[in-house]
Amino acid sequence: MTTATLDVSVWRGGAQGRYETYQVPLRENQTVLDVVTWVQRNLDATLSYRFACRVGMCGSCAMTVNGRPRWTCRTHVAKVAKHGRLTIAPLENLPVIKDLAADMTPFFEKWQAAKGVFAPSKTREQPVEQITPDNAARRAADAGIECINCGVCYAACDTVRWNSDYLGPAALNRAWTLVNDVRDAGNAARLTAVAAAGGCHACHSHQSCQEHCPLALNPTASIAGLKRRTLQAYLRGEIKP
Amino acid sequence: MNVRLYLWQRLTAALMLPLVLVHLALIFYAMRKGLTAADILSRTRGSVAWAVFYGVFVVAAAVHAPIGLRTVLAEWSPLGPRTRDLAAIAFGLLLLVLGLRAVAAVVLP
Repeated sequence: MTTATLDVSVWRGGAQGRYETYQVPLRENQTVLDVVTWVQRNLDATLSYRFACRVGMCGSCAMTVNGRPRWTCRTHVAKVAKHGRLTIAPLENLPVIKDLAADMTPFFEKWQAAKGVFAPSKTREQPVEQITPDNAARRAADAGIECINCGVCYAACDTVRWNSDYLGPAALNRAWTLVNDVRDAGNAARLTAVAAAGGCHACHSHQSCQEHCPLALNPTASIAGLKRRTLQAYLRGEIKP
Repeated sequence: MNVRLYLWQRLTAALMLPLVLVHLALIFYAMRKGLTAADILSRTRGSVAWAVFYGVFVVAAAVHAPIGLRTVLAEWSPLGPRTRDLAAIAFGLLLLVLGLRAVAAVVLP
């Protein structure tokens, strides 16, 4: 009896690399990350890739699988392998370090540029703010809060591809969750940052971020919220573009 | 695009929405009724209402279109920021001049 195998083309090298094809045993229950790990442990120990938790929490293992950005630890081969073939590449719209490892530096720099960092409004001596779960702002924040920073939306975004200044869906989604956090004191700087060139108004609402987000978040809706909020702030003279 | 350009683009879009609908209805009306150029000019010449209608239309289009063109040039062309902005402004001025000239041709008595 012959063992069924997968033909797996894996990107090797940096930006000027090439695909190399490997034969990997096909298992009944197997993720794309399992396949990459099998290649690295059994065929070529020099294969570089990134992962940590293997259960869809850390956001480290996103790659381009058969042309689509995906979290590889939660992507089953049976779901994506067409005719026993897989093509695995690093995430798009980011520099390639080596093989399947993309350089996430621009992604996190834009997270900072969008002021995606909580700015406390109270000291530790003051009482904790009471926030009811059904509060409208809290619900808006909750809708985007589960982002794991995997970079899938960033890799899927046409605007990121065409406009290197664009902050991208993840950073803007993060900014929107903080805009709706009543404990945060950084909104003047945050709204100014996301209303500038390359901010939320650069979004074309193609909704690739929503289509590809492994957690089914909707960054396009968050960005639409930012467009409304920044417009209000601009009309009130609270921010200057 | 920043929030200021976004506001101008959305404002002019909102303004043009009813104007486009009236303009299209007008084309259908003129075609179905078989109006000649002379018929049309007899109604538009000296008309303040048509001058205002198409004057506003032209100004709104001349503001709206260059903002979008600027984004297209920024994303799809190798032009630098300054050249891109100048090209968009030149396109807006061209629309304004050609449009107002056309309005003048049909409304001036």
